[in-house]
Amino acid sequence: MIGLALRNLWRNQRRSATTLLAMMIGMLSILLFGGYSRTVYYGLETDFVGRTGHLQLQRKDYFWFGSGDPQGYSLHDYQQLADEIRLDPVLAPLLRVVTPVLQFGGIAGNFDAGLSKLVIVQGVDVAAQNEMRRWNDYQLAITPDLLSMDPKVPNEAEIGVGVARMLQLCSQLTLPDCPAQEVNNEGSPDVGGSLLSADIAALATSQSDPSSPATSGAQLELLAASTGGAPNVNRLQINRAVTTGAKELDEVYLAMLLPQAQQLLYGEPGQQVTALQIQLQHSSDLELARSRLQQLIAEKWAAQPLEVHDFQTLNPAFGQITGMFAAIFGFITILISAIVLFTVGNTMSMAVLERTVEIGTLRTLGLRRSGIRRLFVSEGLLLGLTGAGLGTIMSLFFAALINQAGFSWVPPGNSNPVPITIRLWGEHQMLLSIAVTVVVVATISAWWPARRAAKQDVVDALRYV
Amino acid sequence: MSLAQLHHLSKTYALGQVRVQALTNVSLQLKPACFTVLSGPSGSGKTTLLNLIAGIDRPDEGSIEIAGQSLQQLSDNALTDFRARNIGYIFQNFNLLPVLTAYENIEYPLHLNKTPAALRRKRVLQLLEAVGLADKAQSRPNQLSGGQRQRVAIARALVHQPLLVLADEPTANLDSQTGAQIIALMRELQRQQKTAFVFSSHDPQVIASADHLVLLKDGHLQAPQPLQEAV
Ligand SMILES: Nc1ncnc2c1ncn2[C@@H]1O[C@H](COP(=O)(O)OP(=O)(O)OP(=O)(O)O)[C@@H](O)[C@H]1O
Ligand SMILES: [Mg+2]
Repeated sequence: MIGLALRNLWRNQRRSATTLLAMMIGMLSILLFGGYSRTVYYGLETDFVGRTGHLQLQRKDYFWFGSGDPQGYSLHDYQQLADEIRLDPVLAPLLRVVTPVLQFGGIAGNFDAGLSKLVIVQGVDVAAQNEMRRWNDYQLAITPDLLSMDPKVPNEAEIGVGVARMLQLCSQLTLPDCPAQEVNNEGSPDVGGSLLSADIAALATSQSDPSSPATSGAQLELLAASTGGAPNVNRLQINRAVTTGAKELDEVYLAMLLPQAQQLLYGEPGQQVTALQIQLQHSSDLELARSRLQQLIAEKWAAQPLEVHDFQTLNPAFGQITGMFAAIFGFITILISAIVLFTVGNTMSMAVLERTVEIGTLRTLGLRRSGIRRLFVSEGLLLGLTGAGLGTIMSLFFAALINQAGFSWVPPGNSNPVPITIRLWGEHQMLLSIAVTVVVVATISAWWPARRAAKQDVVDALRYV
Repeated sequence: MSLAQLHHLSKTYALGQVRVQALTNVSLQLKPACFTVLSGPSGSGKTTLLNLIAGIDRPDEGSIEIAGQSLQQLSDNALTDFRARNIGYIFQNFNLLPVLTAYENIEYPLHLNKTPAALRRKRVLQLLEAVGLADKAQSRPNQLSGGQRQRVAIARALVHQPLLVLADEPTANLDSQTGAQIIALMRELQRQQKTAFVFSSHDPQVIASADHLVLLKDGHLQAPQPLQEAV
């Protein structure tokens, strides 16, 4: 039966070839887009997992209310929690990094220039953060953007380019593409800032470590409301300004060392942070790690109300961007499936019409209606299988070609151009599901013509001219 | 004893608004191993009658019984299987499957009958030999002449040893010399295999070779006349 189908397809080589080509080009467009989406997914995931870890352990409801009251929603005894996570028999083999972060809002001021800006302060363990940023489980061709602070120099920090721009630190940080604010001395743009400046500068000098090296380059004063409500100020040495890819983020980002951040918020380095970031070796272990953490929260850490969030919850942009790609991918797939449906359907209808007398002959010889139906359906199936096979091969070939060509662009969520990579090789699930879709669609589209062929009256079919 | 009994067959076709009475009240008996020729002018209902006997068409009235089996009682599938087992059909236009070789065309009815491979091979080679095409086994129909194609079609109609072989003007598309050879071949095979043949033709050569001549005119049977001294 398959042999007969194959020969019939071969008989009309030109038509079969056109149909196959339509299927192959359809598959090519689905798979190239799909392969590109994979690259974007993996790129985003690598970026987000590198910055926030896979999971974060937070005090319950910190996620909703914490940034308004970081002290109230702090995590206590984080060292002990971190140690227990590292030693947990279930979690230990999955882990890569467990590290604390302290996040709170503050005011950064370049008080010499009379400027201030609201910032979101990240107090971090530099070595652990950099280890997290080196996570590259998908072997992407990227170099991680590492933190610049030296953990031994207590007042080092880095800021977003937006913060640098607004505080007019661009020249000190030698930032390109950083527009200088037009000088506007009469009616200063930030009267409050300049009024505040003297007081704060005084406070900063009084609080700063007198042994700290003579300041040079970019500096700013960071002001935060401490636990008691009294303002706390720290003078920071700014190493560099970074671009994160999102302008809003660049305009609030400030990273500094964890002990200094704790000092600023709690008045002393201590055992409180706002979250423990947990990075796993592989994203595929996320659910396992989450359920274990939830178990620990319920059974072992009942003393304080805790909860755990994954990187997708912490970075809604991930879901939005991947969701958009998934929607486009689905749309293309449906569109192409419809084209395949009509192409194969048309080819099979023409075949049925052409072979009307042949159908009558086969029926006369004693082939049942179901046999006729099978004959044409297996032709559709065969077309589908061939098209899917060739389409997959062609897509892999073109993907390799594009990857070799080394095009690049700036994808959403990134600030630097990245090479355009079509990730198909190894994406068995995607390749298989698209191939199966094509085969199923081709078979379904042969079904109707096949049914029509089988229903024909034998005598009419024989008399057909 | 008779192989096939046709009782009071009538068949009308609707051609647009017009109703064409293709057969009217035809009754006939066919004997086993008998060479029957169906003759009559064009449009007299020969093909219609053959199609009814073959079980690819159903009468409006009347009944057909072949080897004790009444055809109208059979479902579509059962009738199809009945054809596969018991009927051989030779078409005016040969109707070979273009993608199959001569060998495979002849083998096809054996596949339908699920004949074991060894037996299939034996039968096909036998028939290729019998129709004189042993050297053309691997040729496709488009590589064969009209006469050769009709030989393949004859082999195909006989390969599964049917009770009844029907042929609708098998020589109409052949020149008279080839036609004569084909008739001689069929006559010979019919004798060897002791199969009943029903032929439609207005070819005098064919009529002359008949055991039994049936004349149709405007769908009516003209008095059936057994030929006493055939050939
Ligand atoms: N399927 C059909 N639909 C409509 N009319 C038909 C059909 N089959 C046969 N007829 C009509 O029935 C009549 C008998 O046709 P039939 O083909 O049986 O004659 P025939 O004796 O075989 O003629 P010929 O020698 O030309 O082959 C003709 O008038 C024909 O037009
Ligand atoms: Mg006819």
